[in-house]
Amino acid sequence: MSLRAASTFFYRRPNWYLALLLVPPLLWFGTVYLGSLFALLAQSFYRIDDFTAQIVREPTLATYRQVVTQRANIDIVLRTLTMAVAVTIACAIIALPIATYMARYARGRMKAFFYVGVMLPMWTSYLVKVYAWRLLLAKEGIIAWVFSKLGLLGLLEAALETPGVGGPSLSSSYIGMFIVFVYMWLPFMILPMAAALERVPGSLLQASADLGARPAQTFRNVVLPLAVPGIAAGSVFTFSLTLGDYIIPSVVGAPGYFIGMMVYVQQGTAGNIPLAAAFSVVPIILIFAYLSIAKRFGAFDAL
Amino acid sequence: MRFSKQWRPDHPSWLMRIGAFCGLAFMHVPVFIIILYAFTTEDRTYRFPPPGLTLRWFEVAFARADIWSSLSLSLAVAACATAIAMVLGTLAAFALARAKFPAKDSLTVLFVLPIALPGIVTGIALLAAMKLADLDASFVTIVMGHATFCTVIVYNNVIARLRRLPPNWVEASMDLGAHGLQTLRYVLLPQVATAFLAGGMLAFALSFDEIIVTIFTAGKERTLPIWFFNELFRPRDRPITNVVAVIVIAVTLVPILLAYYFTRPDDEHETAR
Repeated sequence: MSLRAASTFFYRRPNWYLALLLVPPLLWFGTVYLGSLFALLAQSFYRIDDFTAQIVREPTLATYRQVVTQRANIDIVLRTLTMAVAVTIACAIIALPIATYMARYARGRMKAFFYVGVMLPMWTSYLVKVYAWRLLLAKEGIIAWVFSKLGLLGLLEAALETPGVGGPSLSSSYIGMFIVFVYMWLPFMILPMAAALERVPGSLLQASADLGARPAQTFRNVVLPLAVPGIAAGSVFTFSLTLGDYIIPSVVGAPGYFIGMMVYVQQGTAGNIPLAAAFSVVPIILIFAYLSIAKRFGAFDAL
Repeated sequence: MRFSKQWRPDHPSWLMRIGAFCGLAFMHVPVFIIILYAFTTEDRTYRFPPPGLTLRWFEVAFARADIWSSLSLSLAVAACATAIAMVLGTLAAFALARAKFPAKDSLTVLFVLPIALPGIVTGIALLAAMKLADLDASFVTIVMGHATFCTVIVYNNVIARLRRLPPNWVEASMDLGAHGLQTLRYVLLPQVATAFLAGGMLAFALSFDEIIVTIFTAGKERTLPIWFFNELFRPRDRPITNVVAVIVIAVTLVPILLAYYFTRPDDEHETAR
């Protein structure tokens, strides 16, 4: 009876009930997560002493100045941003037919097949997938083998000689890195896009057809605009994941640094936590800016 | 009128069909390749096609003590992180599913922030906090990091289910004389149970192969992904790395399939809505 009394007590007092539920997760997130983010922010306002290599715990903007004024650091930010935008666009293009097919056409078993087919690689170990691409992209690996069997090795070599994005082999070029990024984040684009398309009422498509639109016109003028919130939601993931990744650029690498690599190297071998912290504030700012854009396209309604 | 050219919901164009199936194949080829490479007799390069097939590397890998200790550490971390996440994530989801209060929107953002921000931010933030608090990296710090983003996974799964639940069910239960605990026991929990389990499964799979955050919080501890990560940069045992890759795929496959099974769209429910 006392349990019953307690439950009635909390039912009558929704605020107490809410507090009872919220206190444990809030304590955890408040101390572990927000606490850490504030520690990160604090560290980014410290600096490292050039002579002793010790962290000087006095508030200063010197570390941020280093990030925004040094040419090499600006290049790192621009390089990462360019890659994130390119990967997001490529993911949206490749995801569109898959998402449309699985959401609008596939039925029953075929639909389940597609959903499982997208979910499995998405949840398969991140490192294993990166490793698999190293095997695929290696000079003696399967992609080079396929190209040589097709007699197209010249084409591959021509692509690798492209200045700026090429390299000695696929596994040490920006082309290879781009392919791996697109592969890794593709499911994160497909699923929100498919969810948005699932919600499109079939009557809209019939109406479009009744009004004389050909399939391509219906797709462009009806389906595509309705997929936009899904694309926006998916792009938040592809954009954010690319900005922060440091493993893919180091495993499938061209020589240039990326934001994540810079953070990793600075905190590790260089022991410069303030610079690593200041650098990691860059993707946070970029993502909040991106979120505010994505929100206008309805990204949060599609999640 | 060209009826054949009209939009027919059951007939996609060939272009779309090819795009969809090629895209799906693209997502699976690397996984099959990794499984194939675990059996190759070649132990120095990534030559394709493999010159021969063997089971030898599985035997060699199973005899390695370092792999077993990394595997058991990863399983222990995943179990602890999942347990914490299932409690915290469910509490948060129940609190935020229906209630309306001023700070709700900020809390919603807070509870998804660990996956909306790149993993490296969480990682470096935890490290920065550990340095400021003079806390040494250990099993506990790994679990703290993992539990944080695992909570988000459980929260997302449970809150999605709670939001789909018609709100009048709870009222109906109360009207019929059930008190709060009975309503929880007979109405809410049966509906949420599968989402709760699916969230736990996914959290386990996520924690088991997490690397981005773990590197910052692990110190000298070596989870299986950290073992794998070191091999990626200083390859010493390529054939064994291939075998470990297959083990990792196998360990995560079961919880993922279970999670899908628990949350698969229920056709009757879909049409009833």
